[in-house]
Amino acid sequence: MTTVVRLQDVSFTYPSEEPIKPAVSHVSYSVNQGEWIAIVGHNGSGKSTMAKLINGLLFPSEGSVELFGHRLTEETLWESRSQLGMVFQNPDNQFVGATVQDDVAFALENNGIPYEDMVQRVHSALQQVQMSEFVNQEPHHLSGGQKQRVAIAGAIAMQPKLLILDEATSMLDPQGRREVIQTLQTLRETSDVTVLSITHDLEEAMLADRVIVMNGGEKFLEGSPQDVFANREQITGLGLDLPFAANVAALLRARGLDVPSTIMSEQELVDALWTLNSNK
Amino acid sequence: MDIKLQQVSYAYAAGTPFEKRALYDVDLTIPSGSYQAIIGHTGSGKSTILQHLNAILKPTSGTVQIGDKRIDAGQKPKELKSVRQRVGIVFQFPEHQLFEETVEKDIMFGPMNFGVPEEEALRRAHELVGLLGLPQQVLEKSPFDLSGGQMRRVAIAGVLAMDPEVLVLDEPTAGLDPRGRKEIMNLFARLHREKGLTTVLVTHSMEDAGRYADRIAIMHSGKCVVEGTPQEVFAQTELLEDFRLELPQSVKLQRTIEEMTGHEFPTLYLTEEELAEALASYWTPNGEGMN
Repeated sequence: MTTVVRLQDVSFTYPSEEPIKPAVSHVSYSVNQGEWIAIVGHNGSGKSTMAKLINGLLFPSEGSVELFGHRLTEETLWESRSQLGMVFQNPDNQFVGATVQDDVAFALENNGIPYEDMVQRVHSALQQVQMSEFVNQEPHHLSGGQKQRVAIAGAIAMQPKLLILDEATSMLDPQGRREVIQTLQTLRETSDVTVLSITHDLEEAMLADRVIVMNGGEKFLEGSPQDVFANREQITGLGLDLPFAANVAALLRARGLDVPSTIMSEQELVDALWTLNSNK
Repeated sequence: MDIKLQQVSYAYAAGTPFEKRALYDVDLTIPSGSYQAIIGHTGSGKSTILQHLNAILKPTSGTVQIGDKRIDAGQKPKELKSVRQRVGIVFQFPEHQLFEETVEKDIMFGPMNFGVPEEEALRRAHELVGLLGLPQQVLEKSPFDLSGGQMRRVAIAGVLAMDPEVLVLDEPTAGLDPRGRKEIMNLFARLHREKGLTTVLVTHSMEDAGRYADRIAIMHSGKCVVEGTPQEVFAQTELLEDFRLELPQSVKLQRTIEEMTGHEFPTLYLTEEELAEALASYWTPNGEGMN
């Protein structure tokens, strides 16, 4: 299996007059091709610094970051970045085109993709995020969720080896959030793009193959969403949320009801209650 | 201080070819000391209403009464300064409005602008930093050196420093992590109780509206379509569906369980704690479920 990203014992400290704690401290992990990784953690846990270390906005103080098999340095930076798609938090800060299709075409044009190819890629990218009917719309006619979907289209049109989502849903209203999560889910099922998603949205994290929990700049937990979120005390101790059904199940256990501690979804909770009901 | 909107309509760029109606005949009374939530989709008119609450916008027709100040359509009201001091608005992403060299100066800016003596403004800045859970050291720092969550708290402190009677909150927790959200919402609930504030919360979160508010108003296409207690509002499932709004998660789960068991609970449970309590007593031996 090809490794897309490899972090080896990476630390990073922001320059400061006073001695301060590193923002990222001795973090190692790798992302394989086709994998979907969610990085979760509270504000200030080092998640965003890690994104900047992977896209080469920052270089590690210690350790190394490898992208697509090459160590990330000033020299390899541009080559690596051309194979990296990013979607940021604020839908209004990343719309550069005058229309939806111009925006998706922007990077393709910059990279000298032939016209025929470009048209085809723009349309297929917009199709993947279900924004085809908006090709000629201007950005101010779009909702936040729609803008984020266009941003995702712009990123995947470049056919990147790695797509980084940096809190892509955190500034959206519930409807926009749902749209984007649905888009991501479709993308997950229909393409083999490798995704690194930095988020504190649980639903987004539950989409991942593997979740990495950051705390105080360190890797705190790593595993499948089910395994990671089973560490109830640790997760809530960090100030992170658990799925709603898991919270209710824990409250029920605290009140003496015999429901399993593995419950994550509403369906599982209802099933457990149903079992109790039939045993009554 | 009561706030009363009577038949308020508002159009942006009124009288020009670009006129855009944002509010239609809105009636809404927010009694002194109440906690009012306003919910609705993006573009439903929530933010336009909010800007009427301290006369940033004046109605195109109708009347807004803010305490003893009456603002009629078509008239130029005078003396809005006291209204602006008494009604503090925490806008969305308020950290974008930070501008001073230090946190201390930023928090002091509002009150001093309203004529509060420097010494008193300084005292408030120091008190509020503690109240918002920030270390005293941040006072000397540039607000731009703080983390996003800290910047949000400083911006909120700047509004509280004006000592408003009415606190208007526009999506105050957007972009914060779960713990930050909980802390900020609990802080507002505490201020509401301890200072006897009138609180207006504009939110997308049905859970927050259900948990914190005394009354909820639903905005849809510029109209106030539903108004009532959380119990009343969230009992109208079909109506909410019409406005493409959801039930709070706890009520949604309660409905699923009611369908499964055929047992109808006597009230709506607006928080997960209330729901768990009710479920536990239903399923515990000697509980009502065994009768």
